[in-house]
Amino acid sequence: MTTRSFGLPVTRKEDPRFLTGNATYIDDIELPDMLHAAVLRSPYAHARILSIDTSRAQQLVGVELVLTYHDLNVALEPLPLLIPHPALTHPHTQYALAKDTVRYAGEAVAFVVASDRYIAEDALDLIEVEYEPLSVVSPQALDTIVAPETPLLHPDTPNNIAAHLVQQVGDIDAAFANAPHVFQRRVFIERSASQPLETRGVIARFDAFERILTVWDSTQGPISIRNGLAVLFGLPAENVRVTTPDMGGGFGVKIMLFYSEEVLVPLAAMRLGRPVKWIEDRREHMLASNHERGQLHDIAVAMDDEGHILGLRDTFWHDTGAYCPYGIIVPVITACQLPGPYKLPAYYSDATVVYTNRTPVSPYRGAGRPQGVFAIERVLDYAADQLDIDRAEIRSRNFIQPEEFPYDLGLVFQDGLPTLYDSGDYPASLQRVLEMIDYDYFRAQQQEARAQGRYLGVGIGCYVEGTGIGPYEGAHISVDNHGQVHVATGVSSQGQGHQTTFAQIVAEILSIDIEQVHITTGDTHRFHWGTGTYASRAMVVAGNAIALTAEAIKEKAIKIAAYALEVAPEDMELVDGRVRVKGSPSRGLSLAALSILSNPIRYAYGASAADLPTALPQRPGPPLPPGEEPGLELVRYFSPPHATFASGIHAAIIEVDIQTGIVTIPKYVVVHDCGKLVNPMVVEGQIYGGVAQGIGGAFYEHLAYDEYGQLLNANYLDFLIPYASEVPHIEVDHIETPSPINPLGVKGAGEAGCIPVPALMAAALEDALSPFAVQVDHMPLTPDAIRNLIQRH
Amino acid sequence: MSNASVPTPEKRQIHLTVNGVAHTAFVEPRWLLSDVLRHTLHLTGTHVGCEHGVCGACTVLFNGEPIRACLMFAIQADGGELLTVEGLAHPDGTLHPIQQAFLAHHALQCGFCTSGFLINTYAFLQTHPSPTMSDEEIRTALAGNLCRCTGYQGIVAAVRSLIQAQSLDATDEMPALTAGGE
Repeated sequence: MTTRSFGLPVTRKEDPRFLTGNATYIDDIELPDMLHAAVLRSPYAHARILSIDTSRAQQLVGVELVLTYHDLNVALEPLPLLIPHPALTHPHTQYALAKDTVRYAGEAVAFVVASDRYIAEDALDLIEVEYEPLSVVSPQALDTIVAPETPLLHPDTPNNIAAHLVQQVGDIDAAFANAPHVFQRRVFIERSASQPLETRGVIARFDAFERILTVWDSTQGPISIRNGLAVLFGLPAENVRVTTPDMGGGFGVKIMLFYSEEVLVPLAAMRLGRPVKWIEDRREHMLASNHERGQLHDIAVAMDDEGHILGLRDTFWHDTGAYCPYGIIVPVITACQLPGPYKLPAYYSDATVVYTNRTPVSPYRGAGRPQGVFAIERVLDYAADQLDIDRAEIRSRNFIQPEEFPYDLGLVFQDGLPTLYDSGDYPASLQRVLEMIDYDYFRAQQQEARAQGRYLGVGIGCYVEGTGIGPYEGAHISVDNHGQVHVATGVSSQGQGHQTTFAQIVAEILSIDIEQVHITTGDTHRFHWGTGTYASRAMVVAGNAIALTAEAIKEKAIKIAAYALEVAPEDMELVDGRVRVKGSPSRGLSLAALSILSNPIRYAYGASAADLPTALPQRPGPPLPPGEEPGLELVRYFSPPHATFASGIHAAIIEVDIQTGIVTIPKYVVVHDCGKLVNPMVVEGQIYGGVAQGIGGAFYEHLAYDEYGQLLNANYLDFLIPYASEVPHIEVDHIETPSPINPLGVKGAGEAGCIPVPALMAAALEDALSPFAVQVDHMPLTPDAIRNLIQRH
Repeated sequence: MSNASVPTPEKRQIHLTVNGVAHTAFVEPRWLLSDVLRHTLHLTGTHVGCEHGVCGACTVLFNGEPIRACLMFAIQADGGELLTVEGLAHPDGTLHPIQQAFLAHHALQCGFCTSGFLINTYAFLQTHPSPTMSDEEIRTALAGNLCRCTGYQGIVAAVRSLIQAQSLDATDEMPALTAGGE
């Protein structure tokens, strides 16, 4: 009997190799004759390079190659702009190695290849660079960057404005002009970053005889890297293989086209004819791998007396850093996802994307949503307080209702398609959250605690997350002569559990155990169409592609069996990995036998299956009929019509120690809707991890830049990631509103957990500290900042 | 010709016993223990996350105590006994009870921090923690290791299940605490 696994919390197939130390992360790969690289990075946030002297470095024993900009032949142009946008009028990307100007501290200036990493780093110390420092743009107040007196990062970019994007729905001016109430807030979320525990790394090997370039890259998008490298080096795409080994987390930072090293390592390997490895260290990761968050919002809501939203106006400034290689995806997402689960009769969003002398910005888990959610949730809480309406109640009054789906926001989403909500049940989610947090009982508890001098507060945060964007993904499935099922798809894995959850889909459709299903992700030699793992899209897009492919395999298996057994296909069924005759279960063929039969040769090269028929019916015509392909092996693709919209509501009870400013979180609850659940354990794991990152974003994690563009906390002693001691137990419940726009009914779940956390923690802080009438407009808030809020009272 | 400002460091011979196996290695005095474990002895299960002693991914047992292999030079470990993640499972492949608990409780996602957590949990269980220990106390015990994926929920659950299993075991020296490689 097949053990069913789809929809169940089965443990992960990939875990034993991780648990035994047998996984293969990028730095675990050793190749014969391999060299090691290190990068010299700018100490200045903005400077002109007057000269670079590499002669002493080149003389160091063990050094094989030193590269500066002028040595780059094929890479003399700026690195590509990944996602252009009409509003991005002044795009700038960096060079693989700085040409004549550096615009952030950490920008790559020179590249050394040596016999080991220690010697490569020794050589960096011997490179002499003469810099002429330039005026630095690195203020805390993002709106000042566009001022005429602010220096320019890029001479052709007036006011340092990379992009200006306005989106508008309804008559916003009328909404505000006629509203009995207008409430506004200015809110700021600081810079932060993904910080996977494994840094980035690249290894390249070039076979000059066959002209084959093999690259191991800890990237979330190996296919794009493969295609990009092929173009850059003038190689046929088939001659470039990019493989992602096991990856120690990603959270967004590991998708780019390109990071400098993704070009420099292959280039050096080709030039030297020897394999080259580069592994980023933590300081490099913090300085030179992309960041995110970093938005200032002026948000205003127009309301009637009952707290119904009449219009919402949001003007925000987004810090894109020194360059915008990833286009303006993050602010576009902010603008489109800020409305969340609420009905906005009129909405005006005005985004200004500004350059600063800081590390470039690209999506970090949540990708612009935590900022937008923070803005709208803060102004809603404020409005509720002003109108003396309960904060949960004001949300409830503005929800899109379950019968209103599909619901069109009238905005253009990150994929260029409508922001069209496919399904959801926000009122049910809120009701469940309030039950879980025991909202009414808490209010009584809060009063009691306050009488004892303890400050408890509750916060609620709601969000909608567009997930599973296209364009498409595909899958290749083959069944081998032993009945083992091999699946390859383009999306790489960074810890999500694809080897289990994708196997659950295939096992369900082919009616086999997941142990029989073997998943390969992120190897362009196994599958080379698709885009990558980002935007909470792997399960939605690749998962559905895998489902469609497995269905097609099932259909083909039935066809082969029907021919072999001379039964009509419609009279056959696939049960327990065997295609059998309906009503006559003993007549059937295993997938192993069908795999052998799918290849119409006379000798099966030693392949055997217990139920392989010795003779087949005579078929007229050629052994492989026209239009048929040999093998129980197929490729199918899935392209979603538009994003699918997951949602969730979180609530927390916190306690603030007003002496120390330290916050504890006695209770944290989540109600989450990502449509159908393939593996609840895996989904919950994603949520727990997301919430922990959100707690980091609310209380600890920020990248502290000074006015000179120096990152003051580029290490884990000063950039504080929550340990187990800072993260509470998290209770999760699910609401399932299946997505009507894909066969599995799934929505993405990867990013959701972190999105509402800063918003609800701000709400909980205000609630806890209501005797001091504090307003929380800024995240993260350290204990020190919380004490300052209390003392300012 | 060699540049005088960076003399090539001389290699020294050291002896390490790792997971019960004796090794002799030639190391430069500046090489980190984490690098020598990974790149000289090819025991790549010990991972390097921050290389400045905060994340705990490189935690190994050195003479029975958990240490961060990125904060020690290999030459300082000369003559020492080490336990790394590769030494936990039984040689026949059976997972160690700690590994089994992590598997059962979804205590890992990307797996990069996992080796450090397993070794720290191993050391923690040797202190025979009380089965009535609160979640908060377990979390404090685990607060030397960063995990960026799991939110620690599965890790705490796994460690609690191990504490409870240990307390139910009548023998003082639980077999779970003997690494497979020994």
